[in-house]
Amino acid sequence: MMSKIHVSTTVNGQPEEALCEAQQSLLDLLRDELGLTGTKEGCGTGDCGACTVLLDGRLVCSCLVLGAEAQGKEVTTIEGIADADGLHVVQQKFLEHAALQCGICTPGFIVAAKALLDKNPDPDETTIRYWLAGNLCRCTGYDKIVRAVQDAAQELAHSS
Amino acid sequence: MSTYAYVAPTSIDEVLSVLANAAGNGERTQLLAGGTDVIVQMRSFDNEPRLLVDVKHLAETNEVNIGDEEIFIGAAIPSGVLNESDELKSLLPGLLESADLIGSTQIQGRASIGGNLCNSSPAGDTIPALIANSAVCVIATRSGNREVPVEDFLTGVGTNCMSAEEFLVGMKIRRPPPRTGDAYLRFIPRTEMDIAVAGAGVSVTFDGDGVCTRARVSIGAVAPTALLVPEAAQALVGTKVDDGDLRAAEAACSEAASPITDKRGTVEYRRHVVGVLCRRAGAIAKERALS
Repeated sequence: MMSKIHVSTTVNGQPEEALCEAQQSLLDLLRDELGLTGTKEGCGTGDCGACTVLLDGRLVCSCLVLGAEAQGKEVTTIEGIADADGLHVVQQKFLEHAALQCGICTPGFIVAAKALLDKNPDPDETTIRYWLAGNLCRCTGYDKIVRAVQDAAQELAHSS
Repeated sequence: MSTYAYVAPTSIDEVLSVLANAAGNGERTQLLAGGTDVIVQMRSFDNEPRLLVDVKHLAETNEVNIGDEEIFIGAAIPSGVLNESDELKSLLPGLLESADLIGSTQIQGRASIGGNLCNSSPAGDTIPALIANSAVCVIATRSGNREVPVEDFLTGVGTNCMSAEEFLVGMKIRRPPPRTGDAYLRFIPRTEMDIAVAGAGVSVTFDGDGVCTRARVSIGAVAPTALLVPEAAQALVGTKVDDGDLRAAEAACSEAASPITDKRGTVEYRRHVVGVLCRRAGAIAKERALS
């Protein structure tokens, strides 16, 4: 008999309850049980960063976290980045700089880039590139992504 | 077991009884810390159902204690968390750098030094740095904790001395005395996010006259397990760890290595590079000890 695990967690500020199997990932839980399909699956082995979310404020690959491990934790996904007033500046800058093509890697990049700017509001290019080394993009060549993050940092500095 | 199961015990005793019960029932268990190796392995070459025992919910595996004599690092603490401690970084810069070399920001949010050790890969980057720092594994057993030096913990590629009824609580490291420095260097063909072709960890202690009184050298990715190289340490003790002394340690590391040829490098290449890494890491460790 398969017994499912009951998980109580908070996703983007909302309390959520779900049932999952022991080997199911947090990524599966978000997409298949909670219907939050903004987080994408790329490699499933922690190499590409497409499934990046925040777990208790720390950047993780949701494919390498079990759904059961989200018990009692706070998860932030791409769906939690924009607020009622509109897009977050990082999202806006990705659009302005055309820092995406196919878009599969974009949610992971935006969650990771926002986490960087929350921690370090004025990163240099090298810091941005190393921080985002765990997010792979096969379309853009990264340059537009780095420029979008630099521009977002500047805009945040001016608005604060 | 026909399906996977998951438990998250909250005490050492509880983990031990879960492991003992499973062993008694012939069930396979899998200790889980950050999961950055375990979950990948579960999805690829080893998908046999088992009981996942999450060891992240214990006070002991999450503890960092910096004492006058000894430093304790809990087995489940993510490397990203460790690297936010300025005190640890100043005491054990080489060890913290070895952890910082592993994986992306996302991986470092989960991956632990204890997990790197229990995964027991020949190329685990933190392992030579732990051995260089004389780290000792604290292993919980039914009859109390037992302590095993890291170099004796490893028994082969992906294997270690723990039984299925034991688990790693953390690592004890002698607090570095004054005029001690450590360093770890690895070679990879790119700048980031890769597995070591070869690696070397060095710790050196000097007296007030700048003479080396104690040295530990360990090499990685050039044998089935990371190795302690006493001959390299002997080449440094009693010297000022100048270039000629470091070249003798380099030769000892190349001699001690027994690498394989694979897609990451040949036997000859690894044997050479591991010596060079020892020499360069030794120079950094010396600079740290004397600054």
